[in-house]
Amino acid sequence: MSIELRNISKRFGDVAAVQNVSFKVAEGELVALLGPSGGGKTTVLRMIAGLEQPTEGDILIRGQRVNDVSVQKRNIGFVFQGYALFKTMSVADNIAFGLKIKKWPKAEIDDRVAELLKLFGLDGLGKRFPHQLSGGQRQRVAIARSLAPKPSVLLLDEPFGAVDAKIRQELRDWLVHLHDELSVTTVFVTHDQEEAMEVSNRIVIFSRGNLEQIGAPRQVYEQPSNEFVARFIGVLNVLELRVENGVARLNELTFPSHGVAEGSSLRIGFRPYAVQISPQLSEYRYRATLRHVYFLGVQLRLELETPSGLTLRTRITKDEFVRLGLTEDQEISFQIREYRVLSRDGFTLNPEVSAVHQAPSIGEGI
Amino acid sequence: MAGTTQKRWTSGQTKSRRGTEDPWYIRWTLVAIAALFAGVFLVLPLANVFGQALAKGWQAAFGSLTDPDTIAATKLTALATLISVPLNTFFGVAAAWLIAKFEFRGKAILTTLIDLPFSVSPVVTGLVYVLLFGLRGYFGPWLDRHDIQIIFAVPGIVLATIFVTFPFVARELIPLMQAQGSDQEQAALTLGATGWQTFWHVTLPSIKWGLLYGVILCTARAVGEFGAVSVVSGHITGITDTLPLRIEKLDKEYNSVAAFSIAGLLAVLALLTLGLKTWLEHRQQRELDLAQTSSDSPDEH
Repeated sequence: MSIELRNISKRFGDVAAVQNVSFKVAEGELVALLGPSGGGKTTVLRMIAGLEQPTEGDILIRGQRVNDVSVQKRNIGFVFQGYALFKTMSVADNIAFGLKIKKWPKAEIDDRVAELLKLFGLDGLGKRFPHQLSGGQRQRVAIARSLAPKPSVLLLDEPFGAVDAKIRQELRDWLVHLHDELSVTTVFVTHDQEEAMEVSNRIVIFSRGNLEQIGAPRQVYEQPSNEFVARFIGVLNVLELRVENGVARLNELTFPSHGVAEGSSLRIGFRPYAVQISPQLSEYRYRATLRHVYFLGVQLRLELETPSGLTLRTRITKDEFVRLGLTEDQEISFQIREYRVLSRDGFTLNPEVSAVHQAPSIGEGI
Repeated sequence: MAGTTQKRWTSGQTKSRRGTEDPWYIRWTLVAIAALFAGVFLVLPLANVFGQALAKGWQAAFGSLTDPDTIAATKLTALATLISVPLNTFFGVAAAWLIAKFEFRGKAILTTLIDLPFSVSPVVTGLVYVLLFGLRGYFGPWLDRHDIQIIFAVPGIVLATIFVTFPFVARELIPLMQAQGSDQEQAALTLGATGWQTFWHVTLPSIKWGLLYGVILCTARAVGEFGAVSVVSGHITGITDTLPLRIEKLDKEYNSVAAFSIAGLLAVLALLTLGLKTWLEHRQQRELDLAQTSSDSPDEH
């Protein structure tokens, strides 16, 4: 079912946890609430659930205002960060809890529990207790329990936080498949941008209680609405330039002034993939030393150091790295293919930021 | 998988304990001192209680227990216990719930107040009640006019017992409930459970051993309380004497067989309590361990 937040604010005493946030989640969507710790995303999730009351604003589920509807009556499934399984109950009893509360007939409860155990790959574990399960199993029990009473909305608070990296990957894939199968409207909280990008249809990005941007993963990556989003989603190289003699400059790196007055500052940012490198020193305009190479699997992360001591980050595939015959501490040439202007003269730009400026390549001159 | 990690961790701990071991003579000296101390101060008096009680044979001992005044004292002790333990169980659970699961102003003050009966001398407690409800106390004249007697009567004894045994259940439950947090309760709410259903199906089962432990300690104290009860009782034989007061009276009358027979009865109760307590401590430790394992903070991983 669709969810809508209208001008939601939440204050705990003097602390504003969420400030004037509005967004919609369409029926059947899988949305991530993303942001650093203390960004207000968990508070938003808990307000949708009814575990917290907004100080201001309205929450609507399928167009109906639910501010005054108690958590018990909102028909939501909530998966807690530490899973919050009932420790004194078996797996089957955990899953059956919501059904018993809703007074389902015994036979139907048994059927539903068996169905969920099967769907969640928990066959044969029904009689176990939570402390006898692995982290991944506990997480699946928690989701099964929340889905048992057929909620109209599934809310998950950092669902993959408590399991190790390998299982986390499996669980992500599994959640995507589960969502495809059940198509229940799902909202989950995460502080891991990669997780949000991979799992969700859309991402809502929070920072210090404010909604920074909402959009599809690709959209927030390629068209971040401000510097915070650009830096939070993926890696961003940021350079503080000064305009002198009509040219914006930081050490040996020069860029057009973009109409900024002489002596003023200009801030630009660019993604690692915008940096092109070559072992041929004459190929690109600037020189640098390949300071560090980090192997991440298919991709490598490279750290370049220019002669004047600036550090730039770039990425390259393993195949490309081998083809170019690169080694650590090697001298290379590079250019910056494209960048964004983040701020001029200390004034932060918002929508303009998404305008990409092609960096002039060698020979064009400035 | 979790099991193996747990095992490894445990064996590691044993090793490190062995690493800090002291030479044998120090260990044996310490053991001898502890054994001697326990023997002289704990086992010897206990053996003496039973020895004295049985000095004139089983029949004399049992006979003194069936004396009408002693039976009256037993009934009074049972009454005071049966009123104070359920009340304090109810209060203890409510207070622990409040302190462990909610944030509010004055929480620290409430926590301190719960401990008050532990820090105040029982005799002072008794005197406070006399000052409040005695004939010359604050409420004395009013109570007298309405023909209600509290001091030197059964209500006073019950009140004093309630006050003295006030903290046991709450003290036991607060750390347990704090360790468990309120996540499980919130999960129950999201699944549609009412507050009462949540308490009954989720909270209570996860604290039951701790609760039972608190109740046992509370009962033991209620049965054995002397100081506060002594002040408010008035020592009217057959009416306001509890078992501990009866023991004192019989002892003063040089009726050592009867005194020690009742003392023996209380000692048996105490030993039973001790056994139960040891067993429950074990169960409760598991409860606490469980609370800690599944509230693992995800940030640790």
